[in-house]
Amino acid sequence: MGEFLQQLMNGLSLGSIYALIALGYTMVYGILRFINFAHGEVFMVGAFVGLWSAPAIADFFGGNLFIAGPVVILLAMVVCSILGVLNERIAYRPLRGKPTIIVLITAIGVSLFYQNFFQSVVGPEPRRFPDLIPQTRVLETDYLIVGSTPLVVIGTAFGLMWLLRFVVLHTKVGTAMRALSFNLQAARLMGINVDRVVAFTFVLGSALAAAAAILFASIYPSVHPLMGLFPGLKAFVAAVLGGIGNLPGAALGGLIIGVTETLVTGYVSATYRDAVAFTILILILLFRPTGLLGSTATEKV
Amino acid sequence: MLILSDLVVAYGAIKALRGISVKVPEQQIVTLIGANGAGKTTTLRTISGLESAQSGLIEFDDIDITSYKPHQIVAAGISQSPEGRMIFANLSVRENLAMGAYLRRDKEKIKQDREYVFHIFPRLHERMKQQGGTLSGGEQQMLAIGRALMARPRLLLLDEPSLGIAPKLVQLIFEKIQEINRELGMTILLVEQNAHLALKVAHYAYVLETGEITLEGPAAEIEQNEDVRKAYLGE
Repeated sequence: MGEFLQQLMNGLSLGSIYALIALGYTMVYGILRFINFAHGEVFMVGAFVGLWSAPAIADFFGGNLFIAGPVVILLAMVVCSILGVLNERIAYRPLRGKPTIIVLITAIGVSLFYQNFFQSVVGPEPRRFPDLIPQTRVLETDYLIVGSTPLVVIGTAFGLMWLLRFVVLHTKVGTAMRALSFNLQAARLMGINVDRVVAFTFVLGSALAAAAAILFASIYPSVHPLMGLFPGLKAFVAAVLGGIGNLPGAALGGLIIGVTETLVTGYVSATYRDAVAFTILILILLFRPTGLLGSTATEKV
Repeated sequence: MLILSDLVVAYGAIKALRGISVKVPEQQIVTLIGANGAGKTTTLRTISGLESAQSGLIEFDDIDITSYKPHQIVAAGISQSPEGRMIFANLSVRENLAMGAYLRRDKEKIKQDREYVFHIFPRLHERMKQQGGTLSGGEQQMLAIGRALMARPRLLLLDEPSLGIAPKLVQLIFEKIQEINRELGMTILLVEQNAHLALKVAHYAYVLETGEITLEGPAAEIEQNEDVRKAYLGE
């Protein structure tokens, strides 16, 4: 029982990280109808921003991680937001209105660019991510030890998701995002500046990916240029599992993938860790291609 | 107020508009009638900036808006209730109306305008919190017109407001169109396949055939025209 709860806790923290990344995929898909495969690399850059800035920031605040930690996350979010907007502006916007497959291949190109650029400039070797979360035992009983890390990860992730929910449901720009995702032309007739709302969508998605990266690196403290690949792919599967384009679906999908992966690793074998997500992807595509919360989309003419 | 001169619009090699000239004077209802595929919707889409003109000029209050982007055209004072209504089915009635006022910052006046929309279409007030997609066709049309009014336009473009709506509601909606014109002094460019209805409410009319204006005049005269009666009024 104790071990199961422990695993569940770990699964939920990994899952909430996947959820944060998945939201970025699903938001961009909801509005532009393509999968931004470079999203995993924005995540990777976020981890590097943390790696490079954390020592100086921690120093500046006299080693007080309660302040330094949030500041590192905020900095990574800001840097990645800018990066996300630049990606959109330079690589995707010129292709607006072109067939999706062209944009998709471009996204893969952007992804490869970041991987190789970082490998050649920074080097491929993994570096150790500094400890940003104060290590304490929050709860300790005979059969269960709850450390601070999973609680901080889950708390931060859910806090950010709640914030996103508020922006999307209760602000003007969030309403415009929903309007745009439903009918682009009608949105333009309302006077909605599509380019601006698209850029804002990239800001939101990239900022969440950056936060996810800092949290991820706090659990698995190894930072390297290819670290975005698997979390990125798994979060993509999470978005498909929940129903691509559906925000609560992406969050749910992320949690399911994270928990399943952790349980399989713990109770079956770590060998299958990366196979879990893709098995789920195949199953969902076979039996419920619209995803758990996705509605059967009618093709618009 | 709005002047189209020699407007040409093409989809690839096919010319949808072959040089049309239309004038919409202030505070009038001008209608564009014609058969399916004559270019009526293309005309409105081009005015709103969703299609770009190959040649010709669109002037609004003496300003050349031919190359404006859709959001600049809304800002200039032209809003549209599009063909097929294009309601945001995933947004509530209230949110749909808020999107109509997207470019505005004057909160108090937005509220007043919403009250006016509820005054002419009380049905929308009852359904304020419902999702747009749950409304009937007629209610969606009311919402589309109300949403366009929320931009506080000086020129209102209406594309086929009678399309796919119960006959009883069509009557009501056309009465409301006249009411909006009278009460607000709203200038309206109305595109309709139902020539009978359109000619009744409009002051001036243009007949569009395969991308060309073939006839124009005061609506009452056009209604009496032999050819129009045969072709569009089913006599």
